[in-house]
Amino acid sequence: MATLAEKIELQVVTPERHILSEDVDSLEMPGKDGYLGILPGHAPLMTELGVGILTYHKSGETRYLTVMYGFAEVLPDRVIVLAEISERAEEIDVARATAALERAKADTPKAGSTEADWDEANEAIERATARLQAATKAGSGSGAGSAPRAVQHAAG
Amino acid sequence: MPTLLDYRRRIRSVKSTQQITRAMKFVAAAKLRRAQEGVFAARPYAKEIIRVLRSAAARMESPAHPLLQRRPEEKILVMVLTGDRSLCGAFNSNVLRHAMDFIREHHAQQLELIVVGKKGRDTLRKRGYSFVAEYLDVSAKVEFSKAKEIAARVAELYTSGEVDAVYAIYNEFKNVMVQNLRAEKLLPVDPEVVKKSAEGEDLASHHAGPGGSLPTEPAPGGQGRLVDYIYEQPVAEIFAGLVPRYLEGEIFRILLESAAAEHAARMTAMDSATRNASELIDKLTLRMNNIRQAAITKELIEIVSGAASATS
Repeated sequence: MATLAEKIELQVVTPERHILSEDVDSLEMPGKDGYLGILPGHAPLMTELGVGILTYHKSGETRYLTVMYGFAEVLPDRVIVLAEISERAEEIDVARATAALERAKADTPKAGSTEADWDEANEAIERATARLQAATKAGSGSGAGSAPRAVQHAAG
Repeated sequence: MPTLLDYRRRIRSVKSTQQITRAMKFVAAAKLRRAQEGVFAARPYAKEIIRVLRSAAARMESPAHPLLQRRPEEKILVMVLTGDRSLCGAFNSNVLRHAMDFIREHHAQQLELIVVGKKGRDTLRKRGYSFVAEYLDVSAKVEFSKAKEIAARVAELYTSGEVDAVYAIYNEFKNVMVQNLRAEKLLPVDPEVVKKSAEGEDLASHHAGPGGSLPTEPAPGGQGRLVDYIYEQPVAEIFAGLVPRYLEGEIFRILLESAAAEHAARMTAMDSATRNASELIDKLTLRMNNIRQAAITKELIEIVSGAASATS
């Protein structure tokens, strides 16, 4: 087992933006059929992504990103997340997400007419919830005496 | 011999032209900055998704998606990307010349054309070509939804077997001064070049594949790269999502590249036009002053000789 990689190179990209590029110790991401935990040396894997929070751990620190739809390729020393939408927890506009959640919740009872409407409303709730959770987690993670988090912005 | 007034008029008209070119230069520069950001932001996604696809294609025994099917290239779809407006130097004519060369090279095959941009449409139509689709006014503001629309059309043509390969001819944005003309193969996706398969090598070296230089994956654990993936969902399901995304992402990137290159070309063209106008104004001013001086001298001589004849 000596040759196993100790770090994973995590890349998160969306069609419009390069979100993150970092060497991490481990991560969890929202697969379409449930969360996946990835450690270095994982077997090659391909998955579709759902809506949720990508959590990664790096030298004792934990960071959060929202990830919505798209795909991820897992290689022993690399994880590439090709998300449709993704944002760092620090970037999330809590007020906007809250408003979106309330709007979506209000829409749901009315949206019963067609299946597409219904799905749309549910997806909006999912997205807003993921954003709020990520923001909350990031907020609580920084407290409790942990060192102030150096927010590193990926180049590019 | 032009008179003083002629020169004054000439200078005024060159000045107003210069004002226009200068304004266009600044507008192009501002748009270029935005377009450039867009290109740089879109490149990583396009690069990664093509890498994932090629790596997957190399791992797989048989194509898991209609868009990954390989057929002999008998019918080729060529996508030509030009701008909607001119006054951008040789930008449009370069692409079109390249497109014509490409068409000539592939005269043995049956060609279909998709054209983006008014300039390309007008020129090619004049030369008697017809298009399966044309997209206008895209480059002013490149939107992902437009890329989706084009990708859907391309996918439809490929899936139905109407075309066997898809190429895009466009200006790649290198930097403000340099645009790279490229003929890029969008479909079929070439599998990642693995040493064993001589066939793959041939195909990959034929034309520069998407993403330019193929990033050779740092081989994880020796032969690990040839092991097929574990698929969390059924393979077909994953590829049904992944392949169209690739096409959309790649077309989106190409649209952005072309738009950025167009703004860059326009900026450089307008910059040199402005500089030429300055030179012209200087030259005209010099000549005008010569004439003015000659006129003054003539007048002086007349006054002096007039005075001399009066006093004598």
